[in-house]
Amino acid sequence: MSGENGTGGARGPGEDPERDTANLPGMRGAGGEEIRVQRGMFGANNGGDTSGYGGLVRSVRLPGASARPYGGWFDEVADELEGALEEQGLLPENALDKTVVDRGELTFHVEREHLVRVARTLRDDPALRFELCTGVSGVHYPHDTGRELHAVYHLRSLTHNRLIRLEVSAPDADPHIPSLVPVYPTNDWHERETWDFFGIVFDGHPALTRIMMPDDWQGHPQRKDYPLGGIAVEYKGAQIPAPDQRRSYS
Amino acid sequence: MGLEEKLPSGFLLTTVEQAAGWVRKASVFPATFGLACCAIEMMTTGAGRYDLARFGMEVFRGSPRQADLMIVAGRVSQKMAPVLRQVYDQMPSPKWVISMGVCASSGGMFNNYAIVQGVDHIVPVDIYLPGCPPRPEMLMDAILKLHQKIQHTKLGVNAVEAAREAEEAALKALPIIEMKGLLR
Amino acid sequence: MSTQSPDASAASARETTEGTVYTVTGGDWDEVAESAARADDERIVVNMGPQHPSTHGVLRLILEIDGETVTEARCGIGYLHTGIEKNLEFRTWTQGTTFVTRMDYLTSFFNETAYCLAVEKLLGIEDQITDRASVIRVLLMELNRLSSHLVCIATGGMELGATTIMIYGFRDREMILDLYELITGLRMNHAYIRPGGLAQDLPSGAVDQIREFVRKMRKNLPEYDKLATGNPIFKARMQDVGHLDLAGCMALGATGPILRSTGLPHDLRKAQPYCGYETYDFEVPTAESADAYGRFLVRLEEMRQSLDIVEQCLDRLKPGPVMVADKKIAWPAQLAHGPDGLGNSLDHIKQIMGTSMEALIHHFKLVTEGFRVPPGQAYAAVESPKGELGVHAVSDGGTRPFRVHFRDPSFTNLQAMAAMCEGGQVADVIVAVASIDPVMGGVDR
Repeated sequence: MSGENGTGGARGPGEDPERDTANLPGMRGAGGEEIRVQRGMFGANNGGDTSGYGGLVRSVRLPGASARPYGGWFDEVADELEGALEEQGLLPENALDKTVVDRGELTFHVEREHLVRVARTLRDDPALRFELCTGVSGVHYPHDTGRELHAVYHLRSLTHNRLIRLEVSAPDADPHIPSLVPVYPTNDWHERETWDFFGIVFDGHPALTRIMMPDDWQGHPQRKDYPLGGIAVEYKGAQIPAPDQRRSYS
Repeated sequence: MGLEEKLPSGFLLTTVEQAAGWVRKASVFPATFGLACCAIEMMTTGAGRYDLARFGMEVFRGSPRQADLMIVAGRVSQKMAPVLRQVYDQMPSPKWVISMGVCASSGGMFNNYAIVQGVDHIVPVDIYLPGCPPRPEMLMDAILKLHQKIQHTKLGVNAVEAAREAEEAALKALPIIEMKGLLR
Repeated sequence: MSTQSPDASAASARETTEGTVYTVTGGDWDEVAESAARADDERIVVNMGPQHPSTHGVLRLILEIDGETVTEARCGIGYLHTGIEKNLEFRTWTQGTTFVTRMDYLTSFFNETAYCLAVEKLLGIEDQITDRASVIRVLLMELNRLSSHLVCIATGGMELGATTIMIYGFRDREMILDLYELITGLRMNHAYIRPGGLAQDLPSGAVDQIREFVRKMRKNLPEYDKLATGNPIFKARMQDVGHLDLAGCMALGATGPILRSTGLPHDLRKAQPYCGYETYDFEVPTAESADAYGRFLVRLEEMRQSLDIVEQCLDRLKPGPVMVADKKIAWPAQLAHGPDGLGNSLDHIKQIMGTSMEALIHHFKLVTEGFRVPPGQAYAAVESPKGELGVHAVSDGGTRPFRVHFRDPSFTNLQAMAAMCEGGQVADVIVAVASIDPVMGGVDR
């Protein structure tokens, strides 16, 4: 695993605010939101670093909020959604945390308390009509303090042939996200799976129980703080450690 | 036709052990224990091209109580392990287990929280069959090897003696970690 | 014996010279049904699986049965959970194909392609994928669609007791597996499609063999029609069983043949083309019946369409590279057959060991460390034989995936089991589940 301290929003030495960056070439990933600062290179976090890479600092940044125009049909969907939310007396800036356009995909980061309303609007508004939800995927960012757990929904509109992504985050201390089962019944098993693997509690789910692991399993195995598990392999006098205990590059 | 035509007096002398082994090996009923990819290859082995019926093995039984061979075909998860053991316990003795594929034999590439690292943690295994998944020919080879093993199974006092010898040999054997050199 | 019963619906009897004569009168049907329901002694809960010959692998069905009627049906899954998504996070992006191919083991090439499309989207190299690589991907995916549907029809037939269909299906699937073996070296679990292209080019003679296969398969496909399509027993078992209409499909997220059997021609190959599917000429078959028989017909017709696409692929195969030109992503050597099997080509080893230190370092870095993928997330979806197979891949800029989630169609479609089975007969549960065609490797991952 990457050896580094979870400084969260703090700036690493790699991007000194004093440094004049105006005349430097733009680098991919220089913008956006920092989710982690990584130090060293080979993941050595037990004992002294003999690799010589201990001083290496890398800031891990995900694409940040985009500005209008988003391009293509993205603006149309964003306008319609914001308009429809306003009609319901919900200010779009309250419901939508940010809108990200990256790699030709449109992502709405939704505040969790408004998720159900936003999803219902996306499903029912004739100009939006995202009638098919392809389930939820959990992502665990252990160093993105205050928003460690993300639930990512992909919504597909067969009517308009579009695909968008909703992203909701919750802190580790309060891992609650409202359930989308009343809007998209298909999310039943998907939310159970995400609860099983990530420990995200979907409030309002009809029966949030483990689905993949045995009922008496301890822990949520696909979180980053859960070890990969397995056993070390012994081969002709050599011990081959389990994959998560090996040296790594990232 | 065969041996029976050449017997001068119509009599054949053999040991009970040999006769029992011969009878047992010729009527092995496998239980369907298909789990993952290997199960598809197991079905292929039973189907037209490979035709397991040539070895009298095509009668896959749905009920473990009618079967005496369990072919564990695929990765065994922690959730499946108790089920597997229960099915094994329901099979009448004598019974045999083929661990088909590398996942069933050792966990294979899935060295992680979900997979039992080898089905021999749960049930005694007679034949380990490597491959991911093993080809149908390999499964047939494993079955034929198992037939040989069944044929030469010891009975009664001989079985006790064989078990004692095996244990002595195992006690004398070096642990893997002390074995030196390549492939020895 | 006592002859007079206080119950009006019971038979009354009187003695005559010829013996006892019973007079049978019918009761009110509603009353009879109500009293039967009140008796409640026929209701049992049956646990089917996870080890059962006709539940398609390690699927566990929990059925509440009233007589022969299923009043409630639930699935228990997770008996094949393999932790592949977690394992991916500890391997390089390229090694990931080796894992994903084992998810839904009947649709290996779809898993690989969906995963590679997502990685390529993250890398931003979708436009650099060579034509030949895309054509071969389509070719293999369509062959895979054939083999997957064949297994579906074969095992579905076997579960109905029609062993002949099973023998036929596996016979034809063997021909496809021979092609796989020729092309990738393996019968299953290929890891042949890699981020950036393919592991290697088609071997010599592959095109001729595929053409030969298409010719044979065109001859064999009508046999399924003869054997099953018009077969009255087969139809009686399949028709009006496992009904799920369009609204139900939308709500439950069911895609693939289940959705198309309701009459909606939704196919990602047409709706959101990938790998150049927009340039191929094919139809999206549908059925109107929304039942198991309709799904069977859709699958059968899809196999014909797949054969057409395979032929088109063969016609447009032009010589060229099968990996992106970017040497920071492409595997450093074209593989070649050596005395000990497939490996780095000897020419390449000679060059890096003898002449170029930098090339050696580059080779070593790329093989052991892998390439870095810029941070972000991407979703790529392909139309697998079972429906929409989506891959949500997240990168944190490292050489290994941060998170890969597979939206497997079997997983989502299996949720529809309850809706299809409740209220039907016990025997129809098997048909309904077989018509969903769940593969537990994909469901549990």
